[in-house]
Amino acid sequence: MGMWLFLFTELILFGGLFIVYAVYRFSYPTEFQLAAKELDTFVGTVNTIILLTSSLTVAMSLTAIQQRRKGFAAALVGTTIVLALAFLVNKYFEWGHKIELGIYPRSPELLTRPSGEILYFGLYYTMTGLHALHVVVGIAVLAVMMVWILRGKITGDSFVRLESGALYWHLVDIIWIFLFPLFYLLH
Amino acid sequence: MGHEPHEQQHTGHVVSYGHYALIWFGLLALTGTTVALAGFSLGRWIIITALTIASIKTALVLNIFMHLRSEERMFRVFVAVAVLTLVIFLVLTFFDYAFH
Repeated sequence: MGMWLFLFTELILFGGLFIVYAVYRFSYPTEFQLAAKELDTFVGTVNTIILLTSSLTVAMSLTAIQQRRKGFAAALVGTTIVLALAFLVNKYFEWGHKIELGIYPRSPELLTRPSGEILYFGLYYTMTGLHALHVVVGIAVLAVMMVWILRGKITGDSFVRLESGALYWHLVDIIWIFLFPLFYLLH
Repeated sequence: MGHEPHEQQHTGHVVSYGHYALIWFGLLALTGTTVALAGFSLGRWIIITALTIASIKTALVLNIFMHLRSEERMFRVFVAVAVLTLVIFLVLTFFDYAFH
């Protein structure tokens, strides 16, 4: 229950950003379309599949712990962590490539472009950056869950903590479900 | 479930691996669809189809992965109100910008 309340505050945080995105998208429709073409749809799709799969593994870990299969539950949470790291590695190379091309906030290359494209990439870095930060926090949360499972703090009779951790991770997935089409597909 | 509140504590909602896997498969299929649709020039419809697919995916994650479907009705109403409030703000923004 407490976790859900926290998720509501997250909804307000990202919801506000989505409204900012909507306003600028309506103000600069053509620039947004042009800028979106520069993002790599393939990398975005791979990262979407990675996050959806990580949601599956963390959901399955709850079933495993309820069936009292401690080792399997820990392994599933571990898999979720590995997938989360893979997401970040992809993101690192994706951002690195963009920065190499001279596209980053206040870069000389970007400042020569129309204001709509500057806004697009500003939002791109802000929203995917904030999301990536949530992935980092998620990895820490999941790591604690894994330790708790192994140490018997989370068991088949008491798994509310794992449920809360999983809820947080699913929210990170849901935010990406919207970020992906808004930045990578709408061109 | 409503008739047996004592049952709800911890034994109620064990979802099978197969059920989760099925939902995951559906999520991947929807991702494939939205990526494929992005290749066509659908004009303004592209935003509507992309957001509709994203909403369906979110509903699947919320209801199955996050077990919202088996929560109490009152709680589901809370979540719905929170989501609807955001949707209303987005729709109002849309109309404000689309028609002036």
